[in-house]
Amino acid sequence: MTARNRELFGLIPASLLVTAGFAAVFIQRSNALSNISLTYGAIFLGLCLAGHMVIRATLPYADPYMFPLVALLSCLGIVMIYRIDPTYARQQAQWFVLGLILFAATIVGFRDYRKLERYRYTIAVVSLGLLLLPRLPGIGDQVNGAYLAVHIPGVFEFQPTEFAKIGFVIFLASYLRDTRQVLVQGRRILGVTIPPLKHFGPVLVIWGLAMLILFTLHDVGSSLMFYGALLAILYVATSRLSFVVVGVIAFGLGAWYIGAHVPHIDARVQEWLHPLNPALYNGTDPSGASSFQLANSLFAQAAGGMFGQGFGQATLTVPGSHPVAYLLPAPSTDMIYAVITDELGLFGAAAVLIAYLMLIARGFKTAVLARDSFSTLLAVGLSSVLALQVFVIVGGVTRVIPLTGVTLPFISYGGSSIIANLVLLALLLLVSDRARRPA
Amino acid sequence: MNAPIARVFGVIVVMFALLIVWTSRWTVFDAQALRDNPLNQRTVIDEERIDRGEILAADGTVLAKSVPAPDHTFTRQYPTGSLFSQAIGYSVVQSGQEAGLELSDGQYLRGVNTGISAIIGQLGGGTQVGDNVDTSLDPKAQRLALQLLDGRDGSVVAIDPRTGAVKVMISLPTYNDNAPDANCGAQGCKQNDATQAQDVPGSTFKVVSTTAALDSGKFTPDSVVNGNSPLLVSGVPLENDSNQSWGPQTVTTALTYSINTIYAQIAQDTGRATMTEYMKRFGFYSKPPIDLPPDELIPSEPWTPSTPSRPYPPGSPNEDIGRIGIGQGGLLVTPLQMAMVVAAVANGGRLMAPHLTSSVVNPDGQTILTVKPTLYSQVMKSSTAQEISQMMRKVVEEGTGQPAELGGLSVAGKTGTASLGATGSGLTEPWFIGFAPATNPQIAIAVTIDRTDNGYGGTVAAPIASAVMKQLLSDNG
Repeated sequence: MTARNRELFGLIPASLLVTAGFAAVFIQRSNALSNISLTYGAIFLGLCLAGHMVIRATLPYADPYMFPLVALLSCLGIVMIYRIDPTYARQQAQWFVLGLILFAATIVGFRDYRKLERYRYTIAVVSLGLLLLPRLPGIGDQVNGAYLAVHIPGVFEFQPTEFAKIGFVIFLASYLRDTRQVLVQGRRILGVTIPPLKHFGPVLVIWGLAMLILFTLHDVGSSLMFYGALLAILYVATSRLSFVVVGVIAFGLGAWYIGAHVPHIDARVQEWLHPLNPALYNGTDPSGASSFQLANSLFAQAAGGMFGQGFGQATLTVPGSHPVAYLLPAPSTDMIYAVITDELGLFGAAAVLIAYLMLIARGFKTAVLARDSFSTLLAVGLSSVLALQVFVIVGGVTRVIPLTGVTLPFISYGGSSIIANLVLLALLLLVSDRARRPA
Repeated sequence: MNAPIARVFGVIVVMFALLIVWTSRWTVFDAQALRDNPLNQRTVIDEERIDRGEILAADGTVLAKSVPAPDHTFTRQYPTGSLFSQAIGYSVVQSGQEAGLELSDGQYLRGVNTGISAIIGQLGGGTQVGDNVDTSLDPKAQRLALQLLDGRDGSVVAIDPRTGAVKVMISLPTYNDNAPDANCGAQGCKQNDATQAQDVPGSTFKVVSTTAALDSGKFTPDSVVNGNSPLLVSGVPLENDSNQSWGPQTVTTALTYSINTIYAQIAQDTGRATMTEYMKRFGFYSKPPIDLPPDELIPSEPWTPSTPSRPYPPGSPNEDIGRIGIGQGGLLVTPLQMAMVVAAVANGGRLMAPHLTSSVVNPDGQTILTVKPTLYSQVMKSSTAQEISQMMRKVVEEGTGQPAELGGLSVAGKTGTASLGATGSGLTEPWFIGFAPATNPQIAIAVTIDRTDNGYGGTVAAPIASAVMKQLLSDNG
């Protein structure tokens, strides 16, 4: 079977999921299967099929499992979002269309993605600019004490970190491909290689940048995501564990210092440590910390148990409340993993995580197969940043780390997220197509 | 570069494993604690979504039902308002408050899911439907009792002595089940005085003393005891009513005319140990075996005169057994306990465990539980019960209980008039305990009015008792 036919068959689980999911939600809603639900499912499946056709036409050798896995996650996302708020689901479907157009444009426009290397400094500067946009007065938007979004009233709202992460990965992959040889040729002090400052400078800049994100944007999650991806690319490029160790220590020290001096981050840490403290839960603590969201995330997961309550069964709002009071704030974005666990249980949630892991594994497999360093480092970076994004939000929701608002890729509601991650997928498929092309 | 790639992927696998472990922590290992956390509103909301079963009276009157509210929730309604308030109780899910049968039969009312339709409903994610609870309560008799109490604080408890089925359970002051927190004065009105009041039983307790005296063989109905007044009991003079000296009288006469000095001697001669043993058989010293929440039940027992007062250990040498024998001496009882005393006599000495619930019916109409009569204790020989029944019949025919004889109904009983407050204050707590028909008892009853001016058990409580019993007998017939 050719890779593309394998990919086509891979869409079957996604189609089953979308059909079963919509049916379940509809049965719960109106006790009758309406034909709108079928139309909904059909349109979304049609979009997935269109994505497949784009790949079939342009990237015949690309990895056949990545797209079906993304389709599966997106289908789960659309069902969950529909179940939370049908209006959001319609918007999400529209974003998905736009995302697929950009996905196709990326594939067509960057068929030889290695020309991205030429623009690496431009890409770096643009990404940096994007990151700092939310801090600009007038369009910056502070949500829960963190500056995460750009908001131009009446026009649009977007989350620049979603796009900036791709830019930084491209820059780092390209930069480290050039400098990886020189980085390891520094003097050794106490068994640690100290690379020449000239070459290590840009890496220090990234460290500084992560600290800056933390300090100015108050965004622990994005900072962790960027810095983790840097360390992954750096480690693969140089094979020096010492760089990673030093990097982790530097990040830890910086984060500790900033955490102690930025009240918002300290509040988040307190919420993380004591989510069930009544004063924190009710927001009456003088620190201003409010663990309502995190505590309810845990309550929602507890309600799900081993097998979950079923699609459409979770309690999301306080009955009879006007206006509607959400038990779980931001159920369709930050908290969507908690809703999934509530409805599909531990097994459903673990299945979602395993689907991500399989997607990431295909990304690393692509890195191994790639024939040039830039491609390898790009695939490692893109896969790592995806993995870290999942870890940051799911880790936040499950109280492994302090909670920060980033989206769950492909599943959460949000135009920026779905578009950026489809572009990320396009880049991975481009690398994969070249790597697997018969010589 | 392949080895570092594998290691990076390894780290990511470990991180994801961590996520799954933490998810399982909340969904499985810590789940119960999280569900029980008082901050967790979901627990309350899930309860609100349950279509609780109905509570029904013996004649099918709906006493409690669930009606749909917005967003697939339900609220509880009590069509009879305050008529059955304490016995039925209430269930206010939002504040987590439950009382009465609503609490003690909660597992049935919420649904134990035995019916096929309930299980299918659950699988389809439908509403959880509870089971209906049938009770033995009689609304007509309950309403009559309410009328006859006429707004005075007090209690009426009526039981079928043959089965223990509770027919009437009322206690004033009361409240409306539909708004349990409204119009409750500073003293509160939610307490079920039928099972929680601490009342002085007065002479009604002589039925217990008589049982101990006769059944242990220390006395017969014809034993003669000197009834002169006053009599020094535990070093303090004890007087008969109006300080009347009766001279030598039989035990039967002493019960008929409620002669205190004779009964103090009977209790003392029967002995502390025997008295305590019979009190225990009647259910004193423990919470009554009724299907109400344990928090709404208290044991009946003698209390010390010290401050703070506390219960005497059973058979304590410090208690004044002579005064306990006439229902004084620190003895505090519930109306339910006194109804159990008279029910035991009426049922040939066999005390049946009282119960409000008669059966539980699931949404498919199948009866999943029938409460069978259960023997709580064999208090006395049936011959003793026979003798005491005849003596109690005489109380109503000739003695202090004559007002209980109403419209051809043959009642057996015992009056009580406990004096409250300082001597000569005239404050009394009138009692009547009895059963009917005297020869073939079907109803046993205890009536008490908390506080009257110079009211006597015979004149105040006995007419209420006989009217309610008459109603109950006509409802049964």
